[in-house]
Amino acid sequence: MAVVVSPAAIDEATFGGLGGWVDRHAGRIMVLPAALIILAFAIFPLIISGYLALSRFAISPGGYTLRFVGLRNFQKLYFGSQQYHLLGTFGAFGVVEWTITIAVALGLLIWLARYLRSPEFWLLGLVGRLVSAALAIAVVLLLLATIVAGGFPGSLVTTLIYVVAGVAVQFALGLGLALLCAQPIRARNWFRVVFFVPLMVTPVGIAYTFRMLADMEKGPLAPLRFALHLGEFAWATDPWLARLVVLAGDTWQWTPFMFIMLLAAVEARPQEQIEAARVDGAGPFQIFRHVTWPAIAPVAATVVLIRLIEAFKIVDLPNVLTNGGPGLATESLTLHSFIAWRTQDLGGSAAIGYTLLFVSTVTCISFFNFSVQRARRYQT
Amino acid sequence: MSIADDAGVWSRPFTPSRIGGQAPAAKMVTYAALVLWTAVVLLPLYWVLITSFKLPVDVDTGPKYFPFLDFQPSLHAWRYIFVDLGRDTLRPYMNSVVVALVATTLAVSIGALAAYALVRIRFQVKLAAVACFILILIGVVVSVAFFAVAWQVAVAAGGALFVLFLSTLARRFRRAASNSDVEFWIISNRILPPVVAVLPIYIMFQHLHLLDTQVALIATYTAVNLPIVVWLMRDFFAGIPIEIEESAQVDGCSRFRIYFSVVLPLARSGLAATYMLVLILCWNEYLLALFLSNANAQTMPILVSAQNGTRGPQWWYMSVLIVIMIAPVVAIAVALQKHIARGILVGAVKG
Repeated sequence: MAVVVSPAAIDEATFGGLGGWVDRHAGRIMVLPAALIILAFAIFPLIISGYLALSRFAISPGGYTLRFVGLRNFQKLYFGSQQYHLLGTFGAFGVVEWTITIAVALGLLIWLARYLRSPEFWLLGLVGRLVSAALAIAVVLLLLATIVAGGFPGSLVTTLIYVVAGVAVQFALGLGLALLCAQPIRARNWFRVVFFVPLMVTPVGIAYTFRMLADMEKGPLAPLRFALHLGEFAWATDPWLARLVVLAGDTWQWTPFMFIMLLAAVEARPQEQIEAARVDGAGPFQIFRHVTWPAIAPVAATVVLIRLIEAFKIVDLPNVLTNGGPGLATESLTLHSFIAWRTQDLGGSAAIGYTLLFVSTVTCISFFNFSVQRARRYQT
Repeated sequence: MSIADDAGVWSRPFTPSRIGGQAPAAKMVTYAALVLWTAVVLLPLYWVLITSFKLPVDVDTGPKYFPFLDFQPSLHAWRYIFVDLGRDTLRPYMNSVVVALVATTLAVSIGALAAYALVRIRFQVKLAAVACFILILIGVVVSVAFFAVAWQVAVAAGGALFVLFLSTLARRFRRAASNSDVEFWIISNRILPPVVAVLPIYIMFQHLHLLDTQVALIATYTAVNLPIVVWLMRDFFAGIPIEIEESAQVDGCSRFRIYFSVVLPLARSGLAATYMLVLILCWNEYLLALFLSNANAQTMPILVSAQNGTRGPQWWYMSVLIVIMIAPVVAIAVALQKHIARGILVGAVKG
């Protein structure tokens, strides 16, 4: 209910009863348009998508038919004919792979056992941790089977590579630049403006530009190839090099985001403590470890969270830069879903979308609960 | 700052001249790193700009770096894109402009209104009412989809049921969602990958015969950007001293009057920052346009990516398109860097 107890002698007089009613319900009326739009364009489509994921779409004379097929779309993607596309081709596990698996599983078990004995234990927390742990072990198994054991990664693994490697590299670069820029140097504002620009550039434009730059025959880096005696060098046909080029474009675009946020956090760190530490003879590394890092940790965690959310949605760069190729090497989940849609496989497309939704939601919520919250508590 | 001028630069290169200062050697490394990253940032932009002035032969015979020294700049690609293909370039461009401007205006006005209410007016939404609404919605959809009820009838019946519920049973339920719950619900939509939602939206616009129109894109972009607007504007509104609003209230202004004539003018800078950010996001949007437009409503990113097949290696034409596509956003970014960065910051640090 509106807190306004008795609003508006003037408006009451002007608008009569209607004005009064509107004013009493102002809060709801103001939120209603936004809520309806989000219902219509996010929640409602989400539900229909869920239904699509469970059905088979077929063009029929005079329209189309939807047939309910249960979990068959998911079965096809995870265990059936499309497994190579979503998850990848698996290699055989050797000693190394099993050792890593067991180590990770043990680590997760210890983590869960600790939570069971801790005073903050409650049932829903345990369920959440079980889901996080299950996803973690599944991802580790998948990465081992498709990369370490000599298989071939599918679109889910590729997306995870983009997310993890991209966010890590961008965070490191952004933090480094922010620390450099926070020092008393000349032309600070100029650097700030220049470093900010890539964030705003249209990703499709970045994709083409990086295709030009990565052209080792006619691009600006061609002399480098001769200098390093690389000989014939075709990044577009090598899976890892192609992924690297996509990651380079992504990093070029998103490092500024990390930079801007972390710069603000670094500049807000307590100056007296740094001065004090310096007088006591602390080196730059010690100052970073004991003063700067605790001060920026909450912002750092939040920034990584925001970036994680966005990183899972990557599509423009791989689609335009490499068209998903060579083979499936650079195909992200969103691109995979789009390709399925283009081949009239609406059910499969929705099922891939739901896979992405599940993985990204669990990752982001886990990160929020286990890192962002902790970092914020750390500060207070 | 001081580079130990009086003592000579080389006498003590590795010790700072004062506490809080920097040793000259460290300073050199700092500048070198910053200049290197500046080069990394500017090289792609520079390359695309000069490529747009190159003749095909200048591109094909290996890298040429400097106009007038390495190669003679030519306007042939620009002439081709603007004169020979004039209409084909202009239409997507105007589509992009119209869609981005209208969608941003809608998203910012609707989102700011909601954000203000969430910050300042305490209200409650009965959970039972929400649950009932969703149940009725599902009922309507199921009855239309499976039992071939005419949709007008189903919607009318659903609406009547909902009103009936609100006026009778709803009073018995107590549990309600507060402002922060609604806020969280709106903002959490950002996690939803657009590809999950776009399939039903596509089908919906197909039924409405609005596919490949600006209307479809505007509606979708507005919806997608609402969470961001709410998220950013919330903090800008919360930063306005509440006393001003209270005194306006005492003077007898209604909530809407306070919002439009007191709060909005005070939140001007935040509003501008949010507007610019959302404008750029709409301008750059790719995936939704890929699904929802193909010829008539095509936007610039789609036009550029469609060149892939038709003129893949013709970098000079591509570069012109990219330059005219990114010039406005780069200009905005350079001119308003401070404000936009502040907008992003406010949202993230408190989020």
